[in-house]
Amino acid sequence: MNDGLDALRAALKAAPAPDADAKARAMALAMENFDRLQGSAEAGRSSEDRPKAAPLNGVRRMFHALTSRPALAATTSVAALVIGVAVILPVADLRLGKPELPPETPVARTAEPGPAEATLSADRTAAPLADAAPQPEAKAVAADELARTEESDAASSAVAAAPEPQAEAAMPEALPSAPVAGLAAEGEMRLRAEAPAEGGGVKGYAAAPAPDAMLAPPENTEAYANDAPNPVKVTAEEPVSTFSIDVDTASYAVVRSSLTSGYLPGPEQVRVEEMVNYFPYAYPAPTPEQAFASTVSVMPTPWNPGTRLVTIGIQGALPEVAARPPLNLVFLIDTSGSMEDANKLPLLKQSLSLMLAELRPEDQVAIVAYAGSAGEVLPPTAAADRAAILAALDNLMAGGSTAGAEGLELAYRVAEGMKAEGEVSRILLATDGDFNVGIDDPEGLEAYVARKRETGTYLSVLGFGRGNLDDAIMQALAQNGNGTAAYIDTLSEARKVLVDQLTGALFPIADDVKIQVEWNPATVAEYRLIGYETRSLRREDFNNDKVDAGEIGAGTQVTALYEVTAPGSEALLNDPLRYGAAPAGGTGEELGFLRLRWKAPGAEVSTLAETPITGEEAATAETRFAAAIAGFGQLLQGSVYLGDWGWDEAIALAQANRGEDGFGYRSEAVNLMRLAQALDR
Amino acid sequence: MLATAAATGDRAAFAALVGRHYDRIHGLAWRLTGVRAEAEDLAQDICAALPAKLRHWRGEARFTTWLYRVVVNAAHDLRRRQTTRAKASLGWGDWEMARQEEIAVQAEAQDWLAQAMTGLAPELRDTLALVLGEEMTQAEAGLVLGVSEGTIAWRMSEVKKRLRAKAREDAT
Repeated sequence: MNDGLDALRAALKAAPAPDADAKARAMALAMENFDRLQGSAEAGRSSEDRPKAAPLNGVRRMFHALTSRPALAATTSVAALVIGVAVILPVADLRLGKPELPPETPVARTAEPGPAEATLSADRTAAPLADAAPQPEAKAVAADELARTEESDAASSAVAAAPEPQAEAAMPEALPSAPVAGLAAEGEMRLRAEAPAEGGGVKGYAAAPAPDAMLAPPENTEAYANDAPNPVKVTAEEPVSTFSIDVDTASYAVVRSSLTSGYLPGPEQVRVEEMVNYFPYAYPAPTPEQAFASTVSVMPTPWNPGTRLVTIGIQGALPEVAARPPLNLVFLIDTSGSMEDANKLPLLKQSLSLMLAELRPEDQVAIVAYAGSAGEVLPPTAAADRAAILAALDNLMAGGSTAGAEGLELAYRVAEGMKAEGEVSRILLATDGDFNVGIDDPEGLEAYVARKRETGTYLSVLGFGRGNLDDAIMQALAQNGNGTAAYIDTLSEARKVLVDQLTGALFPIADDVKIQVEWNPATVAEYRLIGYETRSLRREDFNNDKVDAGEIGAGTQVTALYEVTAPGSEALLNDPLRYGAAPAGGTGEELGFLRLRWKAPGAEVSTLAETPITGEEAATAETRFAAAIAGFGQLLQGSVYLGDWGWDEAIALAQANRGEDGFGYRSEAVNLMRLAQALDR
Repeated sequence: MLATAAATGDRAAFAALVGRHYDRIHGLAWRLTGVRAEAEDLAQDICAALPAKLRHWRGEARFTTWLYRVVVNAAHDLRRRQTTRAKASLGWGDWEMARQEEIAVQAEAQDWLAQAMTGLAPELRDTLALVLGEEMTQAEAGLVLGVSEGTIAWRMSEVKKRLRAKAREDAT
């Protein structure tokens, strides 16, 4: 019976002896790299004891310790400053070496040395530190070393501006004209400090310790789609801000899963808009003939008294539930070996059976499983036949590899076959994101899904489990497939996504919803869109109906927040240009003008709605809660825009504006904030 | 312990460590790729990256388990790069066809192992290399591959099933 196996064993045991020359070459190379690395005990060492799944928390905590405790810096703990410098330099340099640097930091970009060179110099300074840091005596030596090897300019401004050590450290040459920058330019420095502190930079850092980036860290293969947080923009230079709405909630669930496992999520795992949009908000309902209504409110920014927070809330219409069209659902289920964990396939089965109870008898369900080879596990079956559907679900077993593409094609074929006039077809892809066979080309997959979108079948993605969660692919698929991406970590999350919000999740009321805000330079000098980094659109895309954007489901809400600064305010981060033309003066009292474009489901041509933002719109508990969550997200990202505003303030704000909170989502958020506060210490 | 010493910067310990484990790295690389030249390249890449990688080793796993994981991951990356390269020159739809053709070409190679192994999914290949080639228990193999013991057991039974099917095929 096991002849084949024995033959295999024999063949496998007969490994050829390694070639002596090859071995010598490999060993020489290993020693060479070892020496190079030892000669430069780089920053990686300081994080040796960090928690396994939160690769950068050590560094992040250090950031927080350094920034949130001015006392530490005030005692002129030079060691702390120098550690800050040594740890952060590689981050900054790698980050700055990346092409998608926000335009707001051109000074740094032109002046900074090449990444390789900079890393080396950082290494030089770090070498004596690794051992010497804890002893006070050694600090001065280390600082001297730093001053010699780094641009002395940077070192002196680092000492001068004690409360913000990382700002100067990160940008050694960004402040040539302001060596004593501590007081006057603090705001400006906070702005500039953004780049190293945020997601992109940290990603760059994560890759830094391995000279050969091809070897991924073994313990965690999660991938996240994120960009560096949006920078502050000057209205006179760029008055128009355009983005697609985003109804995904995956980021919040990932954050929750990290926090409840006892570690802070990495900045790259935080998408502020998805955290804000996780919660239902009681915005005014649209009039019966409208697909949705927009509500604007303006209030002082909680974390910055000098700016105002403009909240744009969009409430989708809730068509009468009784009148909803029949639904064709294809469950496309990943049954690969990696789905075996209790929080993956078993949770998925439970989740889907919860959802089954919400379906109507006339709805149809089909199940396609993919693992090794794709197969239709359950042909289209009326939802009335619960026994057959449940039995098919129960029979799913984890094992084999993941043939994602094949499965997706089959699911689209099945969905097409189920389609009838007036029905809504949707594929629900449930996976841990491990598309590792035949589909490691996300772009090809995206293009495929985008083509299929034209056929009118929607695609939503449910993510399960941690470890190899491929958030990037989930995002790409859901965004291109006109669907939502949700991450399911507990049965109660499954209930929220698949039961409480089933109608919204499955029935689109508007496609390609785009938001464009034109700010009035007369009343708004600077603005910053909070979140939506992965959803930004070009200005001209707004009127182009060919450009895809997010969908909004029945009865759901979408919220976007802008932080705006009035001309002449002390909170302005950018100084006026000395040589530039005088800013184009706007007129009138309005803050800005809000334009919304959307298509009725299946329609080719979009509709436009326009509303002025007067600045008089009052805030409500709903928008204040949204602001608290935006603050929560930015705290997790280590945002530089929050100043001294911290966990206590965020918790108080959220706590005070919980409202009715029938499902307890907001109380849960407050608890998560407390947990994050504890972990952040 | 040698690995701990090497991780904290002991040069002699590191040299001894690489010398002791090179054959093991090479052996597993060969079992995973089935091609000697690739195994050599892979082993060299791993050795080159080992000084930096070693800093991520926190002693929570046995060193050999950790090392096996590094090798398996490197082999995965190699496969992924090969796939991407193959795909870059082809359209999305043609890619699977090309993959099948490639498998057919490789199957003609004299190397019996490569022939038997390329017929299997990468996960199964990894599992076989560890369980049969390195004589690991299913629990150990699970530790290296980051899956449960049950998954390894399932994969082994899957391999047997495929081998039986292949035997039937060959017989007819």
